[in-house]
Amino acid sequence: MTGRVPEGLRELLAQAAGEGHAPWRTLLKAGDWALLLMAALLVAASYPLLWRGGVADRAIVKRDGQLVTELALNTPRKYEVVGAIGTTVIEVQPGRARVLSDPGPRQYCVQQGWLTRANAVAICAPNHVTLQLSGRSGQNGAYDTLNY
Amino acid sequence: MAPMTPSTIELPVTADDYRIARYAAAAIALTVAETALPSPLPGIKPGLANIIVLVVLARYGWRDAAWVSLLRVVAGSLVIGQFLAPGFFLALAGALCSLAVLALAQYLPPRFFGPVSASVLAAFAHIGGQIVLARLWLVPHDGVFYLLPLFATAALVFGAINGLVAARLLDLPAVAPAEAAA
Repeated sequence: MTGRVPEGLRELLAQAAGEGHAPWRTLLKAGDWALLLMAALLVAASYPLLWRGGVADRAIVKRDGQLVTELALNTPRKYEVVGAIGTTVIEVQPGRARVLSDPGPRQYCVQQGWLTRANAVAICAPNHVTLQLSGRSGQNGAYDTLNY
Repeated sequence: MAPMTPSTIELPVTADDYRIARYAAAAIALTVAETALPSPLPGIKPGLANIIVLVVLARYGWRDAAWVSLLRVVAGSLVIGQFLAPGFFLALAGALCSLAVLALAQYLPPRFFGPVSASVLAAFAHIGGQIVLARLWLVPHDGVFYLLPLFATAALVFGAINGLVAARLLDLPAVAPAEAAA
């Protein structure tokens, strides 16, 4: 049986099972403690940073408050909505969406650029069209709406 | 094992080769054993084979550690049937990143830093490499970074534990057969 265990492993297992070790804490030096503490702080900080808000997975397009379509944010495509004064073109790419073009005079919703976070919204008021992103569930949404 | 007929090509096998092969075998055995452990999330594994890499790094230097680590990735994936599957490339990306970090970490002043520091840094590099490859290739969506806190937590915990085990193994008087023979 032991003949089949690779030499290095048997040696390491024998050492690991050996008696008379120094206590675990003596294996850590000052720098190790400092590095572990820093790493723990960084990891703890990453939770609120990365789990704030939701990751958007759908784009909701509405006209006059009525749902026109829902687009999944996993394949690139373009979608045209006919509004009050012309056609608004919505562009979807993996994880984000934007208003590509709009007939509105001031182009606010076009200049807003890419929307990436859940509940971000672009409103093309003159054309009565809105584009809103939606996360995978409503309850973890940090924002009711995002505007810039 | 003696060949049945004398080979016309003799590859000289050095003591280095035997030593690397022996440690790589130990690392592969740990990789295989680890696949039996249940994992809450794909990608979260203790990475026990990295204990061997850390021991080899401290005893024989970075070159041997790189050999053992990469042999472990290739041969380990062959044994568990993952060779050239996505998991193989993720493991390779992780191993390459952690070897790069270990190449720098071995110059940390040994007065203040032991194997635990090297292990934690290598574990972070490991998940870093994997998640970047996953983002570029497997999941072209920033949603993978959503899992980063979980992966980072696992890296911290398992990195510290593996580092402690490696530190304890290194703390013992070395009785490696290779050294006895040398």
